[in-house]
Amino acid sequence: MTTLLDVAGLSAGYGDFQALFDVDLRVAEGETVAVIGANGAGKSTLLRTLAGLVTATGGTVRFAGEDLLAVPAHRRVAEGIALVPEGRRLFPSMTVAENLLVGAHARRPGPWTVARVLDVLPLIEPLMGRSADVLSGGERQAVAIGRALMSNPRLMLWDEASLGLAPVVVRRLYDALPGVIEGGTTVLIVEQDIGQALAVADRVVCLLEGRVSLEARPAEVDRDDITAAYFGTVSA
Amino acid sequence: MSWANAAVQGVLLGGLFALFATGLSLSFGVMRFVNLAHGDLAILAAYLAVSTTAALNVNPFVSLLVVVPVMAAGGYVLQRFVFDRTIGPDPLPAILVTFGLGVVIQNALLEHYSADSRGLDAGAIEDRSIRLTDGIAVGWLPLLTLVTAVAVLIGLQVMLSRTRAGRAFRATADDPDTARLMGIDDRGVHSRVMAISFATVALAGVFLGIRGTFGPAEGTAVLLFGFEAVVIGGLGSLWGTLVGGIILGLAQALGNQVDVRYDLLSGVLFGHLLFLVVLAFRPQGLFGQRGRT
Repeated sequence: MTTLLDVAGLSAGYGDFQALFDVDLRVAEGETVAVIGANGAGKSTLLRTLAGLVTATGGTVRFAGEDLLAVPAHRRVAEGIALVPEGRRLFPSMTVAENLLVGAHARRPGPWTVARVLDVLPLIEPLMGRSADVLSGGERQAVAIGRALMSNPRLMLWDEASLGLAPVVVRRLYDALPGVIEGGTTVLIVEQDIGQALAVADRVVCLLEGRVSLEARPAEVDRDDITAAYFGTVSA
Repeated sequence: MSWANAAVQGVLLGGLFALFATGLSLSFGVMRFVNLAHGDLAILAAYLAVSTTAALNVNPFVSLLVVVPVMAAGGYVLQRFVFDRTIGPDPLPAILVTFGLGVVIQNALLEHYSADSRGLDAGAIEDRSIRLTDGIAVGWLPLLTLVTAVAVLIGLQVMLSRTRAGRAFRATADDPDTARLMGIDDRGVHSRVMAISFATVALAGVFLGIRGTFGPAEGTAVLLFGFEAVVIGGLGSLWGTLVGGIILGLAQALGNQVDVRYDLLSGVLFGHLLFLVVLAFRPQGLFGQRGRT
């Protein structure tokens, strides 16, 4: 498989606070990679840096062979990167349908249309005319995913996929994942639920205090390896 | 003048106030930008119309074809290279910079055009009116001003709710960071919003110039009326701006009636009092949402 995203030695932070240290990460086209780690490990910062909302202080990021760090945030969508942000961040003054249409603002060609989004995420359909301000957490997450897909991304960054959601809702959202991948989208998920991450990902990357502490295929790791990488303890 | 006629004139005057306020409302609504030079920009547009009508020997309405695009371009450039640097969590830089711009405009106008009052001669339309009843007449010019204000607001509303560019404006107003994630260049949106804001204030300025006389220092009063209309209607609400303008116009016209009878209050003071009442009892304005500032 060809490498779609190649992150090398990436450092980033907020003012004087450095959140990422020398992070290396490769994502191949068509792959699903889950980033796990404790609160404050730098998972969201990694995704926000890839999306252009946080400025990198060192390292390189190549996307489809091109230097991504030189591209401003609003142009990265046209390059094929979409972020489903932590907290969903729908546009509250708009309806669900309008939120989806804003997702297509960059007019990037591809297979995703409103109809296809509704096909993959059927729970959005009855909400289309509703204000985005009055949705439940699961509905918001579904609309945020749909909005990201409307940009026809090559790489979808899905931050805090299941945070604050009931297990049944999380399952319904993850049910959409095969349809997303079928549409030709590579997925990089930040997930706190380790079981869920291991179940859906081709590869798992664990961050610990801003550094990669583990990178493996789910079948190659056991519970102790993950616990050690997650909490920074020595594996038995 | 009867009370009924005063009310009709007040509604028509409200059209001019709504035009003053539209740009303020739009720039505040999308980027939380308070432009203290807004009134001076209206007066600048009126003076540009003076120069254009003199240079091209055309009617002031025709001069709009020059003045509005020139002002819009000025707004775009100013936002891009000056105002955008002041946007942030602290509103003070924007207030200081636009206050300074207002002073510069006033002094430049004084220097170039002198302190003499000027007016724009639009011909017969200024005096003609439609007689509705014996006591009520509607002047063509105030009617045209109100119709223009309504048309501008409908146009903006349709643009905001139905078009890709409008959705980009609203997305930027809601959450500029997330708007960037959708591929929206928020700085580009800011510049386009300011271009529209300048274009509408240019319209307002030329209508003001045709309606009466004006001088270089008159921008402060224009700014005040614009702000009052925006605050009465509700910050960031376009329809609220129209209603706010009309209510302010009504308050001034009806206040003038009181003045005529009892020699107590001028209409302008009545408008200010109404503004204070709204601020005290409904600070979010008639159409504004509480907590959305």
